[in-house]
Amino acid sequence: MIAIIDYGAGNIFSVKNALDHLGVDSRLTADAEVLKSADGLILPGVGAFPSAARKLSQSGLTDVIKEQAKRKPFLGICLGMQLLFEKSYEFELCEGLGLVKGFVDRIPEDDLIIPHMGWNKLEYTRSCPLFEGLGDNEYVYFVHSYKAFCPDDVLYAYSEYGSRVPAVVGDGKHVFGCQFHPEKSGQTGLKILNNFVKMCWEVR
Amino acid sequence: MLAKRIIPCLDVRDGKVVKGVNFQGIKEVGDPVECAAEYDKQGADEIVFYDITASHEGRGVILDVVRETAKRVFVPLTVGGGIRTADDIRRILRAGADKVSVNSQAVQNPQLIKDGADIFGSQCICVGIDAKAIGPDKWTVYINGGRIDMKLDLIEWVKQIEQLGAGEICLNSIDTDGVRGGFDLKMLKAVVDSVNIPVIASGGAGKLGDFAEAFLKTDCSAALAASLFHFRELTVGQVKDDCRSKGIIVR
Repeated sequence: MIAIIDYGAGNIFSVKNALDHLGVDSRLTADAEVLKSADGLILPGVGAFPSAARKLSQSGLTDVIKEQAKRKPFLGICLGMQLLFEKSYEFELCEGLGLVKGFVDRIPEDDLIIPHMGWNKLEYTRSCPLFEGLGDNEYVYFVHSYKAFCPDDVLYAYSEYGSRVPAVVGDGKHVFGCQFHPEKSGQTGLKILNNFVKMCWEVR
Repeated sequence: MLAKRIIPCLDVRDGKVVKGVNFQGIKEVGDPVECAAEYDKQGADEIVFYDITASHEGRGVILDVVRETAKRVFVPLTVGGGIRTADDIRRILRAGADKVSVNSQAVQNPQLIKDGADIFGSQCICVGIDAKAIGPDKWTVYINGGRIDMKLDLIEWVKQIEQLGAGEICLNSIDTDGVRGGFDLKMLKAVVDSVNIPVIASGGAGKLGDFAEAFLKTDCSAALAASLFHFRELTVGQVKDDCRSKGIIVR
């Protein structure tokens, strides 16, 4: 069973719909015991970093999440990916989960249309189990105004938008994050989600 | 590079697509869920439902349609038509839409844009505009499906929309809508050059090359059409092939 962490921030239903479509058993939950018994965890999220970080900490799940992320596959999506980093400068300096090295700040280029909204191409920097079965010309759907600034050793793929926008990041072990929305990225996104689920079954 | 988006729009009334389309292999003609699935298959980058009914009574119907579509279509879904309050927005998003498109109500109550952006995030607030030329480089904003001239300058309005926190603009030209002679490039360019948020071109697409022309002559982010795709005169795939052959990046 995959647990989709329901801490009151965002697109949980579309992630659930995508997993249902893949025939994967999943639960929307804020229950620490369910997170502990799950085979993998997904942290979704849309909106602003500070309010999401606050909701996450109010949910009392931060410690459980950090602990479980060491044991089983963990996928942060969009703002859920940004929350994996050490800190964010969106509106105010705010601490993240610190599971992946780096921070989050505004997309710096002044002349770009913000938000970075739409389909952009994945440029792979390293192999990753999430990319199994993907080709060289895969587009995924992004919607965001802030991006990750992270060292090369946590980056798996980026997209070009003025500069490199980290698209897939990870800690090299169980933790992964997608800046884009795999649940809204057509067949490409469904493949990525399915690859994540396969990782969860393998670890189990 | 960000791909240019091709967006089919479905006009939905009482749970049916208006001017029912006869897609091959679809049993129930005019079923919006099936039509959306077909557009998804053709490579649509997003799908828009425009709720023609948009009355209080009709609202539940579109929510059901959105709910069913969200289970089957894994590209972004936008719902427009008759959205009056933040609660309307909440209900539509909870049913599975990714964005809402507000139009007339936003002109009459700009606070709706700000409230929507503050509560749900800019990314899900698209402001639809119907505008008409009143001079060589001047346009005004209309509401109620192009029936009422608000005497509001288009360029001032789009700047205000951006200030209020909208994530996107869908610009429909009353002058070219239905004429099928191509998008209103002059107006489109004026708007794109005035704001720093994505602009969707709408109204006027009549043939294959019209989409590529909009992308080549303006910096619009997306192009939307309804009847061309409804009546299967063109598929989304054909439009994308044409754009690709002209060097435009599409998914």
